[in-house]
Amino acid sequence: MTETTFDGGFTNAPIEAATAFRAALDALSRPGTISTLTGATPPAPLSQAAGVLALTLFDATTPVHLAGAHDTPALRDWLVFHTGAPLVSAENASFAIGTWDALHPVTRFSPGTPDYPDRAATLIIEMPALTPQGARLRGPGIKDTARLSLPDTATFQTNHARFPLGFDTFLTSGNKLAGLPRSTQVEAG
Amino acid sequence: MSDYNFAYLDEQTKRMIRRAILKGVAVPGYQVPFASREMPMPYGWGTGGVQVTAACLMPSDRLKVIDQGADDTTNAVSIRRFFQRTADVAVTSHTHEATLIQTRHRIPEAPLREGQILVYQVPIPEPLRFLEPRETETRRMHALEDYGLMHVKLYEDIARNGTIATSYAYPVMVAGRYVMDPSPIPKFDNPKLSGSPALQLFGAGREQRIYAVPPYTGVVSLDFEDHPFEASKAPHACDLCGDDGSYLDEVITDDRGGRMFVCSDTDHCDCRQKAGHRGRLAMPETVQ
Repeated sequence: MTETTFDGGFTNAPIEAATAFRAALDALSRPGTISTLTGATPPAPLSQAAGVLALTLFDATTPVHLAGAHDTPALRDWLVFHTGAPLVSAENASFAIGTWDALHPVTRFSPGTPDYPDRAATLIIEMPALTPQGARLRGPGIKDTARLSLPDTATFQTNHARFPLGFDTFLTSGNKLAGLPRSTQVEAG
Repeated sequence: MSDYNFAYLDEQTKRMIRRAILKGVAVPGYQVPFASREMPMPYGWGTGGVQVTAACLMPSDRLKVIDQGADDTTNAVSIRRFFQRTADVAVTSHTHEATLIQTRHRIPEAPLREGQILVYQVPIPEPLRFLEPRETETRRMHALEDYGLMHVKLYEDIARNGTIATSYAYPVMVAGRYVMDPSPIPKFDNPKLSGSPALQLFGAGREQRIYAVPPYTGVVSLDFEDHPFEASKAPHACDLCGDDGSYLDEVITDDRGGRMFVCSDTDHCDCRQKAGHRGRLAMPETVQ
């Protein structure tokens, strides 16, 4: 373990977590909205927004999957030290972090069950950039339509077609965060 | 400030509630189970709403708490003071100034706006519970979208009473999928559930459920083509502010049949009176 394992967490957890949660809630309840998350400095390659989201939502009861290049010893140590989350395979994860390519195939992640659709996984997709352009979004939380730079449209259409089952998504880039719940209909821009 | 953690609950509990809220938002109208905590108030006083509010509050929030529309009744006052003590947040009675509103059984008359959160206190979150007592069965009915029983109940209302007699906690369908109990708000408020710019969160403490209606989400009150849903209220105007479009409380004023009708939303009524509106029994304007 290096010194950075212990650094980069919240300095005032109750306040910083509350502020971060509201930004995440805003992003997920109004898809297409891009929020800013600050307060944590996780080791590379984890983005600041994904790091803050992890500190806000992860704990010993949330199995986490690190996909592809995000599965580094430094990041494992940092997440385990700061959140206590068990690191698991994709099939058993409540949360998964990685780039879109690394998270594929997304059918590995739990879509919940018909009786308990809340038991679905939440994907945190690390993006090179995040802009309010691209795919057209409709559905709960969106007044008419919204736009968001998604890495793919067909996969999210398939995911929405399973509603109320399906995974939910946060997209992160630097300190920016957007949300895409399974309830959102996605059309190619 | 107090010795309590910010907004009373410990961080572990808030994380658990926050995850439940996010899943509730992702599946509008679905009741997410959560590990409800003992709160320093009895069940029935809004322990579910208080836990949702505690998980959502930020120091920069301005909180409004209403009980049947009123800012000044015991339940509203005690919950407002609770968060003033444990979270040191600013409070207000004006709907348009508030960023987070916890409500017991009313939606404010003033239109809500984007960015506001409305937290409902819910006693029985399961709309099918009085028709089917078994949780395993109601859960399966929601999974199969099997809501025939609810329509039979509404039909029996019509067969017995000529109209749908349900006047509060009137069942709704959210985003075309889940039938939801909107908490015991009068059915007068049901149209305001639909397409609201505000995020609506529902917390049931004793029953351990959280559910949500995101902004701009379609919410339809269940009805029949030949017996359409009707948002009803007492056919009077407010005796203090004269508004004939707001939801009214009936107040008994003596033991000889005297009564008056007043707005249930005290902030709405105060604002109208300050703007010079006068009802039948209002005090005449005093000369300062």
